[in-house]
Order: sequence, then structure tokens, then C-alpha cells
Amino acid sequence: MTVLAVVEHDRGNITSASLGVLTAARNLAKQMNTNFEALTIGANADALSEVVSKYGATTVHQAHNAMLTDFGPEAWGESVAQVVRKTSPSVVIGTGTERGHEIIAQAAARLDLPAAMNCLEFDKEFNGTQPLKVVRARWGGSLMEESQIDAPIKLLTLANHIVEPQEELATTPTTVLLIDVDLDDSVTQSFVQDRVERVAGVTLATSPVVVSGGRGVGSAEAFAPLEELAGLLNGVVGCSRAVTNNGWRNHTDQVGQTGTRIAPDIYIACGISGAIQHWVGAMASKNILAINTDAQANIVTKAGYAVIGDLHLVVPAISAEIRKRHPK
Amino acid sequence: MNILVCVKRVPAPGARINITSDGQQVDTAFLGFTVSPHEECAVEQAVQLVEKHGGDVTVLTLGPAEAQEQLRTAVSTGATKAVLVPIDTTDWDPQKTAQAIAKVIEELEATNGNFDLVLFGNESADSCGYQVGVRTALKLGRPIVNGAKGLDIDNGVAVIRRESDAGVEVYKLKMPACVGVKEGINLPRYPTMKGRLASKKVEITQNAASGEVGGLKLITLRRPPERASNTKILGNGPDAASAVVDLLEELGVFK
Amino acid sequence: MSEFPKSAKCVVIGAGIVGNCLVGHLAKLGWTNIVQIDKGPLPNPGGSTGHASNFIFPTDHNKEMALLTLASQKQYIEMGMNNTCGGIEVARNPERLEEFNRRMTSAKSWGIDAKLLSPAEVKELVPFINEKIVLGGFYTPSVSCVDSLQTGTLMREGAVKSGNLSVFANTEVLDLEVENGAIKAVVTNKGRIEAEYVVVACGVWSPRIAKMAGANIPLTPAVHQMADVGPIDILQKTNAEVAYPIVRDMDTFCYERQTAGSMEVGSYAHRAIFMHPDDIPSNEASALSPTELPLTQDDFDPQMEQAIELMEMLGDAEIKYSINGLLSLTPDAMPVLGETVEVKNLWSAAAVWIKEGPGIAQLVAEWMTYGYPHLCDPHSSDISRFYAHEKTEHHIYARCDEHFNKTYGIVHPREQWGTQRNMRRSPFYAREEAAGATFFDARGWERPQWFASNEKLVTKFASACEPRPHEWDARWWSPITNAEHLQMRESVGMVDLTAFNEFDFTGPGVIAFLQYMCVNNVDVPVGRSVYTPLLTPGGGFRGDLTIMRLGAEHFRVITGAFDGGRDNYWFKRHMPQDGSVTFTDMSSSLCTIGVWGPNAEKTMAKATQNINAEGKLVPFDVSQKNFPYGSVREVLIDGVPATMFRISYVGENGWEVYTKMEHGLRMWDSIAKAGEEFEIIPVGMGVYAVTGRIEKGYRLMGAELESEYNPVEAGLNRAKVKSADFIGKADYMKARDEKPCAIMCTLEMIDNTSKAGIKRYPTGGNEPILTKTGERIVDTKGRVSRVTTAGAAPSLGKYLLLAYLTPEHAVEGNELRVMYMNELFPVRVARVGSQPLFDPTDARMKS
Repeated sequence: MTVLAVVEHDRGNITSASLGVLTAARNLAKQMNTNFEALTIGANADALSEVVSKYGATTVHQAHNAMLTDFGPEAWGESVAQVVRKTSPSVVIGTGTERGHEIIAQAAARLDLPAAMNCLEFDKEFNGTQPLKVVRARWGGSLMEESQIDAPIKLLTLANHIVEPQEELATTPTTVLLIDVDLDDSVTQSFVQDRVERVAGVTLATSPVVVSGGRGVGSAEAFAPLEELAGLLNGVVGCSRAVTNNGWRNHTDQVGQTGTRIAPDIYIACGISGAIQHWVGAMASKNILAINTDAQANIVTKAGYAVIGDLHLVVPAISAEIRKRHPK
Repeated sequence: MNILVCVKRVPAPGARINITSDGQQVDTAFLGFTVSPHEECAVEQAVQLVEKHGGDVTVLTLGPAEAQEQLRTAVSTGATKAVLVPIDTTDWDPQKTAQAIAKVIEELEATNGNFDLVLFGNESADSCGYQVGVRTALKLGRPIVNGAKGLDIDNGVAVIRRESDAGVEVYKLKMPACVGVKEGINLPRYPTMKGRLASKKVEITQNAASGEVGGLKLITLRRPPERASNTKILGNGPDAASAVVDLLEELGVFK
Repeated sequence: MSEFPKSAKCVVIGAGIVGNCLVGHLAKLGWTNIVQIDKGPLPNPGGSTGHASNFIFPTDHNKEMALLTLASQKQYIEMGMNNTCGGIEVARNPERLEEFNRRMTSAKSWGIDAKLLSPAEVKELVPFINEKIVLGGFYTPSVSCVDSLQTGTLMREGAVKSGNLSVFANTEVLDLEVENGAIKAVVTNKGRIEAEYVVVACGVWSPRIAKMAGANIPLTPAVHQMADVGPIDILQKTNAEVAYPIVRDMDTFCYERQTAGSMEVGSYAHRAIFMHPDDIPSNEASALSPTELPLTQDDFDPQMEQAIELMEMLGDAEIKYSINGLLSLTPDAMPVLGETVEVKNLWSAAAVWIKEGPGIAQLVAEWMTYGYPHLCDPHSSDISRFYAHEKTEHHIYARCDEHFNKTYGIVHPREQWGTQRNMRRSPFYAREEAAGATFFDARGWERPQWFASNEKLVTKFASACEPRPHEWDARWWSPITNAEHLQMRESVGMVDLTAFNEFDFTGPGVIAFLQYMCVNNVDVPVGRSVYTPLLTPGGGFRGDLTIMRLGAEHFRVITGAFDGGRDNYWFKRHMPQDGSVTFTDMSSSLCTIGVWGPNAEKTMAKATQNINAEGKLVPFDVSQKNFPYGSVREVLIDGVPATMFRISYVGENGWEVYTKMEHGLRMWDSIAKAGEEFEIIPVGMGVYAVTGRIEKGYRLMGAELESEYNPVEAGLNRAKVKSADFIGKADYMKARDEKPCAIMCTLEMIDNTSKAGIKRYPTGGNEPILTKTGERIVDTKGRVSRVTTAGAAPSLGKYLLLAYLTPEHAVEGNELRVMYMNELFPVRVARVGSQPLFDPTDARMKS
């Protein structure tokens, strides 16, 4: 009757989302008065047991199979399924990321169990004996669903950025258990076959500064001042769905529910109204500065900081001020 | 080449989603409906693939009778056949949905032969379950990869490109296969007036829905707590530039 | 942002085209301390302005609408917001080509340059049109597209800069407070603001806001579908917002308007789709905006087929944006303007479209400033025109449902409503129906226009009852009217006048009050009557009515069905607050029969008694000697108490006879029986309102009499002016001292044979009176000569027209032209001023 955290990693590098999951799993296990265990997949992740132990796991299951050298959704899902069958945890928590959702979905399908994705809260009364009530995000987080996982083993993913990672050593040393998983031909296809490494530099998803433009920018050309400002701040340029739909920028720049979810230190939203689609992609930002002519635009009322005015005048003025104070 | 695209009818909301008084549904009284965005792209991708390689695109939806509207939209943008799996609510839970879709796919394939590709959206815009495609693929015994931002066919193999923090990954699945498509893979076309008119004439096949209730049960929907607006206004117009740079300095952007 | 104010001179609710232009005009007219609020953000708060197609086709058959549209276009031009692209209305049906002739005529009246095009000429201007299905075009080079959001912004910002306006967006009205029948304050989510004036300029939300104060603005939000399709090469290549003329595909009720690289296809062809103002979603809950609702595709499909038929290229263009756009519809398709009848200083500026927005804003601002507009008479937009039954949702939905598809329709000037009939019936209805009446609607009243039972008279008066050969001229008309006319003039006829409004004023202050309201002296002996104009503060016509003095402190005002609501409001609005005058609306208590003709006196002599000084029932002496013209007597008609008023609007000896509704049928039967030996007939409104009236040159409020004209010009000024002050007196005195620059004249058609060789009969729908060389006649105040009433004069064997002419043309015998259906017909000035052509000395009425 344990809580099992599924660690997401990329070729042995643990993702930040996993740290939140480890923290959440530990807290839930405490509430249930049970053990918190973790699962790493692939021998290349064995070293992560050390990280996991810092988060207080009593046991780390290291799933091994010669095939597990890189990510493969089906193989990973099957691995989770086999560990679950073997250890019968009460709750299995995965990361609320693209891979995390996929792994849990695969495991759930294989176990023929329900799964709840993007959970935000767990029932405070849950002790492992009853169905698990959760609150999970719908519409990318603009709506919440209270639902109940009614199954002997509860599979779920934890919404990203919802739990702040917090280390806490276990009272006893972490036990490391090796589990050899059987993977047949049916899962071999879906491994990464090839990978083009991203060129060094910041991406929209990881940049600490994002300067974004919306419909109010007006045209593809009018993004130039935003590019300039982003350059001065060593940040990247993003955009809203309206911009992508107008063909002003590529979809890769789109911040939003169906674009990239970002969590920069500061998000500067220029001429963006803040429709749900966009907001859910930006809401995890640590600070939001909205530049908008409309003081009551959604983004302005939700942002921590705002400048009321025409972005076409305000943005160049900010750039000029930066150049004045921080000449290169 | 035969491609099946599974789509979902979802509301097109504004900045605030209202909920019906019983808390069970989104209040759609004045909302339009659309094909969920990832699936819109899946339809577009399928149409582009058959334009290149020949074949047919079939769209399937499990939904209320009104979901025919979305099937016709898909037809007006290039799909040729449409299948409605009618249910009397807006949707079913993911397990039940996957069972029903898998069964209908088997029925369709029993008469028309296999689909080379079955495409899903990565997740639906409204319920965000992230699992119907995976569950269906498993029931069909076919491989599936989600998150596709690129999809080509090469010698009977579906070549999928997917983005991760580290870079672009390539997956290769021997067909028949399933793929979960993400928005951004293409820019879906809009229906043309002619397409719209033609779509009205397409006969929509109906296959009965069946499945067992799964273990994820909706209790209620609610809106997230309103964030009190305590926005700090740094100023009006270009004069605010100085205050903005003060803030950026304070946040350590220039360190 | 400035702090939300606690008080204002005037709060304007709404920041669409109307609210924005209104604050601009108010500020220009000297208003200070104006506050404008809107529940949405700026510059586009989410109302109908935000999704308007923004084009202006200036030609309108309705004078008021035409003038307001032209005034608006002028303002758009002045602000640099008018993009002239030209516009072509295309015909697919032959009837439409006829309508284009009518439009050419209206264009001429308002001085709008227009031209008829062959299909090939249409193709030249719009190369992508399928000219094979087009029969012809009506081309207006001055058709334009405007930027209504930017225009509104400029107007608003101008008022802000002048220091007279503060604006609060995202401010929602929660309540309107009323005190002692007047607006007191506006309660919003930002705070409460006291205001002397409040204007509801909230478009589709107006009824909801007005209701908060207990006022009624009768309109309904309704859907107008539109789709933006593109990109289209030929349009993209123009590199312009709009380069090709806008095409109105009139017979499919649809338009195609270039918007940069795309084409906007808009429709008025679908079923009427209404929405309740309370149901309109909020800005936040709307995917696009509250008034841009999801397209109901099935309703639009037929239009797409027709659009592709007209412009094949549209078929392959992508539908990028499509909506069920909300706009405002009213039961009679006219705006709703003016002070609400329920709440003092609460104004409505609603049901206004982009094309007339700035002009209407100017008009309402003038109205609020001067007590009445200067731009033009708001007669058919006046909010007080509606009767109670016309303000119900039932009526609004029924009528809007009926007229929505007529937005691009061909509507005959005499066209009758099909819905909401039999709302009001006189007690004589059963007799009229039995006599085969054809009923016309008069604001709910069913009034016989003519009677089939009189058809035999058509043979009797055959030479004066020729059928009209052109279907258009004969529509909603019958030669029986001419026969009824002649029979009445020969013997006697009875007319159902129950649609009259009767307002009783009593109390010690009644004389002072009515003297102040009326031009002519009302202080006449009991039993006498007064005809009087009511003037606007600027000395133009506001009303036209008769008043009977029934007692020392008891007066009864009689006015027509079409102005009852407006007059009711006007009197009530000026009533003294001290209770010295009591107003009682008797309109639903009284019915009226007009009995006229050479044998009217003999007929009534048989039926009329009274109780003499000894308390005995005796026949009543109805002779002119005992009962002269213009006097009023209480009598018994076959035992029924009645009021007889010796007067005539048709130029014959006789009376208006009033009794209580419940006595009506008996009285009708009694008079009919008394008149049997004189072959009395029921006579329809065709005689009363047209033929009988026009032979006598009697003017009608809303036709000849409008606020743009004064009594001197209308020929209705009296020799003396009373000493008492009255509304409009100063300007009236001034007008009397000046030589009028326009004079009401009666014209006769010299030859009404058309080029096609058939006789034509102008309907009296603003046809221009032109010089022999076809030039418009415009007076020094800018008013154009046009036909205000047209009708047959069976007793004179003529076809007459009423029109204002400039002094140089207002010369009896002078020959001019009237344009009808784009053809010129010779006319002659038959009479200058008010003297009638028929019985010029009024001998028939007074002997």
C-alpha cells in the first residue's frame, strides 16, 4: 500500500517535473502513513537513486532491460505496469509532462486501470482504503474537475509546476531494488530512433525571459521591436495563437494550451488579451508584465505588473531605457 | 492509403468558461463548437498525406448527434468519409471511449480493410485526458507515439517527429500504426464555401457505441478561484519605461 | 485612471458608434461634465459596432433615414474616416429593375449621384461577377466604407480633450435610480453616479438597461450572418482595404464587400433569429465578443450557394471568420430615439446602424440641447411613437420576424403588415367586415380602406374610377375609393374614425397650460373648438390637432392614430407639476363616426335628439344656424349619449360624432338607418386620408407638416397672434416677419402617360419636383422639393400632388416636372398656399 513516484528523465538527466512528483508522492505517503517509493527506468538512470533518496524515498525500483537506453513510451509504460503488478502500490504518480502523461496512459492501458492526468490536489482524508478524490485541471487549467479514481491502484500525473520541489531525507536509508522487466517485440518499435540535439541556447520552454506578442502587434514585421527587447534581455520571443493563426510567426513560438507551456522568471506580454488558450500556457510564469492599451484586458488583471499603453510606443521606450542604463 | 482520424467535438469558449448549475458540464448556451485543436491538425495532416500518397481520410467521432457538425467540418477540409459513434452525453470516460472506438474501428476494418494509420489528437481541449489514443491503440494491438509535430510516410513506415527539451526525436512505426498529433504540425486549412456545401451531401455512417464504465468518475466541475486583481500599474505609455527597467533590475534580469 | 465621479450633468451609457459620437456632439454643443461608461473594454467594447460591415449605401426611400445617412457620411468624410469605393445593387429579377427606377428617383430627391448599369457595365466595375445572372445594376459612386471604431474613438477623445468628458470602460451598469419620475443616478460596479441626464446608447443591450429605470426601449437583438472568405488573389492584388465596389445582391438579400484580401459575405436572407438582451453572453464568456456569436451554419448555406453563383471565385476561398452577428431590430425597422416616455431625462439612442450613427448622435444631442432636433424631424424614430401593445416582446418579435427579410426587400409605400393584426377593433368592425372592408393597419387599429359593398358605385362613377394599369400603382389601392368619394360628395357617407386619440384636460390650470402648448388661442367659448399647430421650441411643426372646449375647465384634444403616442408624450412632458391640470386619455373609451356629405344634415336630423329645458326629449336642431361649423354639442343619437363636433377633413358638411365604445355599434346602426333613404354608404380611409383631404389641400402631420417647416411655410398661420406665450413663439413671430423660402403648394399632373404609354400614378413617396430641365429645387434652408402626398381628386378629375416649392416656382400655372420611377412627368402648380382646389370658399362645409 505504497505511493510510487515514476521518475522522468532524459538519458539519465532527471527532469525538474520529477522533483515535484517526488515531493508530492512523499507528502501523500506521509498522509497515508505508508511508504514512498520511486521508480527509475533504464540502467542509465540508476544514478538518480541518489537524488531520489534526498527526497525521502524508502525504496527505489530500478527497472532494467537492455532495450531501455532511451525513451520509448510503450516500453516505459510496460515497465511501469510490470513494477506496479509486482509491488501493488496504492497510488502511482507520474509527471504532468508530455512524456509523463504518455507513460501513465500506457501503464494504465496495460493494467486496464483508470488514470487521472494533471492532478492539482489530493483528498486530504485519503488513507489508501477508499477511492481517491482528486482535483485535476481541464482546459489546460482554466477549469477544475473534481473526480474520483475508483480502482485498487490509482494512476495519475501531477500537474507541472504545482508542487515546489523540497528535499527531505528519509529516516531510514533508501533501499535500492533492481527489477528486470520483460519487454517483447510489441514495444520495441516506439523507441526514439534518432535524435537531433537542440542547438545550444535558450528555448521558449526554458528561457528565463520571454517577450510575447499578440494580435495587438498587428503584423509579422511589427515583431521587430519585441525581438530587440528580447535580445537585450537575453530572452526569446513568444506569441499568442492569434499570431500563429495569422501566419505572423511559427507555431514553435506559440505560448499556450496547444503551444508551449512556459515558466520564465519574467513574462512580458505585449498586446495580448489573455484568452484561456494563451493564459494556461503562461500562468506558471514567476512574474508577468502586461503591456496593453486596455487596463481591463484579462492579462492585465491577472498580471502582477502592467503598463497601460500602446506596445508600439512602450516597447521601444523600454529598449531605449535599457540601452541607456546597461550599455553593452 | 487509408487514414482514420478520431476527433472530438469541443466547445469554443471565451476567456471565462461558465459551468452549468449542476456542475456537470460546461455551459455551452452561447458557445460554438469546434474540432479539438490537436485533432484539427490531425485531419489536416491526414489530408496532406493522402494528397501526397493517395488514399482516403475517414473521420470518426464519439459524441452526441450534433457532433455530425464537426464531422462535416472535417469533410469540408478534405476528409472523404465520416463515422458517428453516437452517445447521448457530450463524452464518455476515457476507458469506455477507447473501448467503443476500438470496437468500431474493428467493425470498419472488417468490411473495408485495415486503416494504415489511425490518428488522434494528443489530448482533447476540454477534458485533457491524454489517454484515449493510447488505450485504443493497445486494444488494436498497434504501436502509438504521441506528441507528433511531424508525420511522414516512408515505405510503409510512419516517421514521427516530436519535440523534447533536448531536441527533436524521430520515431518510426511500421504501419498499421497509431499516432497522437499535436498542434503545430501544420496550419490547418479552413473550409471553403464549396467544401462546406459538398460536406452537407456526405452520408455519415453510424456505428453503435458500447463500452464499460471506467474508474475515473466526474464529481463536479468548478472554476478556479478568481485571482484578486492586484496588478501593480507601472505607468502609462512610454513614460513607464523607467519603472519597467527598475522592475527588471529588481528581478535580477541583468545579473 | 481618474477616480469614479459621484455626479455628472449627463451620463452616456455605451461606447459604440452612437455613444461615442453622442458625447462628441454634446461636448460641441456646450455640455460639460459628461461621463461615458461601457461595460466592455475600449476601443471595442464588444457591441454591434465592433463587427459592423461599416458600409454606407446612402439612398433610402425614407426621407428621415436618407437625411440621417447623408449627415453621417458627411461627418465620416470630415473626420477622414470615409473610404469611397462605390456600390452596386444588382438585380436578378425584373421586379428589382423596377425598384431600381424607384431608387434612382429617391437618389434624385436627396441629390445622390446614381446610375443604372447594364450587366456588361456591372462586369466592368466588378470583373469577378457572373454577369449572366445579373439583369442590371443600380450604381452609386459615393457608397463608402467607414472606420466606425476609429470615428467613435476620435469623437470620444475630442470630447475628453475639451475637458468635458471622462470615460470609464469596463464599467457595468447595475441599476438606474429614478426619483419623482425623473432619472436620478446610475449605479455601476465602480460606484454610484448622480446625473441630471442619462442616455441609453447601448445598442442590443438597451432594453435591459432601460428596464432598470422602468422604461421601455422596444427593440430586439437579432442575428445578421456574415462570413469572411479569403484570401482571394484578385482582391489581394489591390493592396487596399476596399478597392472594388460593394455588391448588394438584392434579390438574394445578400452582399459582398471586399475587406482587404478577403470578401465579406453578409446575409439578410436567413430566418429571423432573435436573442433576449438578458441572454447575451458577457465579454469574458464570449469566444469572440458578446455580439459575435457562433454561426448557425445551416442558415447560411443557401446564401453561400447564391454567393458562389454570383462570384465563382468565392467557392474556393476559405471561410476564415463567420458569425451570427447581433444587431438591433425594432418593430417598424426605425431607430428608437428621444426621451423615454416613462422617465424624465432618461434618453434613448438605440437601434442605430453604422450608416446613420454620427448623424443620429448629432440629432439626439440637438434634441437634448434645444428641446427638438435641428438636423431633421425625428418623426418616425421618436420613441414616443409606440403604443403599449407595440412595446411588448410579442409584438417586437412578430413584426421583426416579418420585416427582417425585407431589409433588402421591395417594400411598397402603402404596404400593410401581415402580423399583429386585429390588435384593436372599433365597435363597428362587424358591420365593416360584413360590408367587405379591406382593412389597413393604423398602429394596431383595423381601419377600412374601402368597402367591397361599394363596388357597384364604380360603375355609377365609371369615368372617375378607371383602374390603374400598372400593378405597382394599383397595389394596396382600389378604384372603389374614388367611387366612395363621389358618392359621399353626392349624398352622404360615414367614416370610422375610432382610431382617433382623445385626450381630456381638466382643472384650474388648463387654459394656461394649453395656451402654452398651442399656437392658436384655446380660450374660446364652451362648445367651440380650435384647430392649432403645436410647435417645437424652434418654431417648426411638432403637432397638428383640434381641441374642443367641453366645459370651463375641460378641453378635449383630438389627434390622429399615427401621432397619438407622440402627442400624448409631448403634453404630459409639459404638464404643470402643481396638479392644476389633470390628463385623461379617453382614446380607448370613445369611438367616432364621421358623417359627411350634402345629406349629412338631413341624416343626422333624423337621428338626433336632446333633452330640452323642460326635460323633454325633443328632436335636436342640427342646422348650421343652431349648430354652426366648429361647434360641439352633447346630444342623444337614437337614445345614445353622444358628442357631435361640426367639422370636416374631407370638405363636406357634417360631423365627427363621438360616443362611448359600448354604444358604438348601436350608434352606427342608427345613423346607417337614418341615412338609408339618402343611400348612405360606409366610406374608407382612402377617401378620408387621401382623396377627400387632397382635394381640400389639408396637411397631414408627418407628411406636409414636419419640424423642418413652420406654419407660415405650410400656409397655416393665422392673421393674428395671441398675446399668451407658447412653445416656439419667438421663432414663429420671426417666421411671420420673413418672406418664406418655401411654400406648400398643390400641383396637378398635366399628363401622366409614361414613355411606355400607360398612365402612372405617383404613390407620394418623396418623388422629387424638378424644374422643366430636370433640376432639383432646393430652398435656401437646404430643403428639397418633393411630393409629400399624392392622390386622385375624383371630383376635380385630376391627380394631385402636395409639395413645398421655392417662391420663384410657387406660382400658380407654373409648369414643373415630377420624377416617378425614374421618368419625368409634367406637372402644374395649381394652388399656392392653403386655399383648397375643391370648394375654395368652403361653402359646402358651412351651408
